[in-house]
Parts: sequence; C-alpha cells; structure tokens
Amino acid sequence: MSMINYASREINCKLVYYGPGLGGKTTNLEFVYNKVAPGSRGKMISLATETERTLFFDFLPVDLGTIRGFKVKFHLYTVPGQVYYNASRKLILKGVDGVVFVADSQIERMDANVEAMQNLYENMSQHGYDLTKIPFTIQYNKRDLPNAAPVAELQASLNPGWPIDDPARQRPVPDPYHESELLVSQQDGQWIERAPYFEAVALTGEGVFDTLKAISKNVVKTLG
Amino acid sequence: MSGASSWSFREDDFRQIQSILGEFLGESNARTALIVDRTGQMVATVGEATAFDPTAFASLTAADFSANDQLARMLGEPEFGALFHQGERESMYLADVARRVILVVLFDKRTTLGLVKLRVKSAVVRLGQVFTDMFNREGASTPGVESGFLGEAEDEIDKLFGA
Repeated sequence: MSMINYASREINCKLVYYGPGLGGKTTNLEFVYNKVAPGSRGKMISLATETERTLFFDFLPVDLGTIRGFKVKFHLYTVPGQVYYNASRKLILKGVDGVVFVADSQIERMDANVEAMQNLYENMSQHGYDLTKIPFTIQYNKRDLPNAAPVAELQASLNPGWPIDDPARQRPVPDPYHESELLVSQQDGQWIERAPYFEAVALTGEGVFDTLKAISKNVVKTLG
Repeated sequence: MSGASSWSFREDDFRQIQSILGEFLGESNARTALIVDRTGQMVATVGEATAFDPTAFASLTAADFSANDQLARMLGEPEFGALFHQGERESMYLADVARRVILVVLFDKRTTLGLVKLRVKSAVVRLGQVFTDMFNREGASTPGVESGFLGEAEDEIDKLFGA
C-alpha cells in the first residue's frame, strides 16, 4: 500500500494495467471511464502518439467515496504495450498496489503475451516487488475473436502458477470466480498458486468490471 | 520487500510541512507549493488555490520527474535534482526531496527563478528531514484502517463497479 494520508483523510491505491501492445489496456480504461458515474471519476489523461498508441501512460482516477472517514481513490494506469517503450513501462510500476495483466487471446499474439509477462516480472523485481505477493489478476481479452486460443492453453502459458513453500498455505483454495477450479492446488507433489483470471471483450465491456472489482477488492484487503 | 512500501502521512506531518512551505512561500514570493509523491499522489498543497485537477497534476508531475531521472542516468548523472519549466506567465520548479517526494513550486512574475531556486534549497533540506523521519517510523506505528473498513469498501466497490 502506497500511502494513507491522515491529514487529508485519503487513501490512494495505484492499479496498473500491463500487457502486450494492442491488447486492450486502454480500451479497459475507456470503458470504465464511460460507464462510471461522472461524479465518481476524474479526468482521463492519455499520453499517446498521433496514432493513438500509448506513449507513456493512460491515467484515470476513480473515487470510491468516503469509507469510515477516509476518501478512497483508485488510480488506474496503463503502460505502453510496445517493447521499445520499456523505460516508461517500468516507471509506471513504481508504487503499484495491484497489477492487471491484459492478455490478447489471439493465437498469433501468444509470443507477445509471454514476452510481456516476462517483462512484467523483470520490471517488478527491479523495483524490489514480488508479483506473487501483491494483488495480481489476469484478463484474457478478445474472447469474441474466432482465432482466440482456448483458456486452458492461455493459462498454461501465462498463468502456470508459482510454488507455495509455506506449509500453512498448502491447502486447496477454490477459485471464487470459476466453479470447480482452484487458485491453490497440488500438481505433481508441488503446491502452486495461480493468479485469478477473467475472460473479457473490452470493446463491449464484457469482463471489464469483473476484473476491476476483483483486483480492487484484493488491494483493499491489503489495507487492513 | 514484497510490494510497494507503505507509508502514512499524519496531521502533525502536515502541520510541519505546512509551516516549512508557508515560510518558503513568504521568502520566495512564489504562488503555490505542492508535495507530490513519486508514485503520483498529491500529498499536500500550500499557498494560493489552483484551478487545475490536483490528481491529474500529481500523476503527470511524478511521470515528468521519473522520466527526467532516467534521462539523467543516461547522461551518467545520478539524478537531476531539480527541473524548471518556463511558461509565459506561469512557471514551475520541481525539486527532489529525500528521493521519495517532489516539491513543486508554481510562480509567476512576482518573483524570479533565481530567488525561487535559492529558497528551494533550504526548504528541501528541512523537508528532507521531516520525510526521512516519516519513512523511518513506518512499520511499527502505522495505525492502519478501522475494522469494518474492508466490508464497507467491498460494498462500495460492488456499488460503483456493478454487483
């Protein structure tokens, strides 16, 4: 958690949408911007190129209202998807409270997804953050396209899970968002944990708020 | 460290900062002084009221400062400790404080860059001490949020983002 401001009675949480280029990160934010009541959101800022590609970041503040005397705000950021903007991608992760990885479900984009995921882990660790220990959610976007890869395949490549060595946590944890699936499970004798995932079509808004709700609830839990 | 380090900002911190910035504004004749944290959050504003959206301003300031930090490293400098943006009527001067927050000074023709720069130096030293103490006390004494906060926050999230 970045900062609790007791003087202004504010809590600000920083959520970053990460992922490969043209995967739908900005579209997620635009959908949120258009659907959230105008009184609950601030101005959306996009530092984009002339061709609408994110150059530095998009930024959208969303106001959750006053809870127990604190004004709670979520600051939603996207990073540029293109690899050659890595320097700015990394800067945006500074002070992050929760990460959403927006994957492009199209089979042709699998390599780009994997590359962006590896890059996310690297950039996080360079800041000294461990992605397996902070709120993290994956969104499989563009599920409506005919060339979308099966979710199981995407999960195997992008969300294979990380080992859990703490014996206290080595027990099955059901995935609250997918019936009969597990977030913590045992595979070949090793306990592993996966990030929660959502299927989405960001253009129509399908799955956009499910993703945002899940990550914001997980971030809020870290405040307690 | 697993995630972003946390810190809290209390009312007595605000009073200390307000008094340092108030003195600074008096000495420099600048219009407004703001403290923005490096992650893009507004921490404090002292002086004349501003017309812009403070949240957007803070996120852009942090990005501006971070981008310039990287440029400095490319040139083999450890950092650019300060930045200056000159406008026709309004200008801004940004200075690093304790590597964690940024002091942003807005000023107009009522003063000069030279005077602002001069006064910023001592303000940064005093602010640096306050922020260093603040970061050092983190961990043990952070009061945290009240019980019941979590449940209410989850309800608000459902309301705002659709149940």
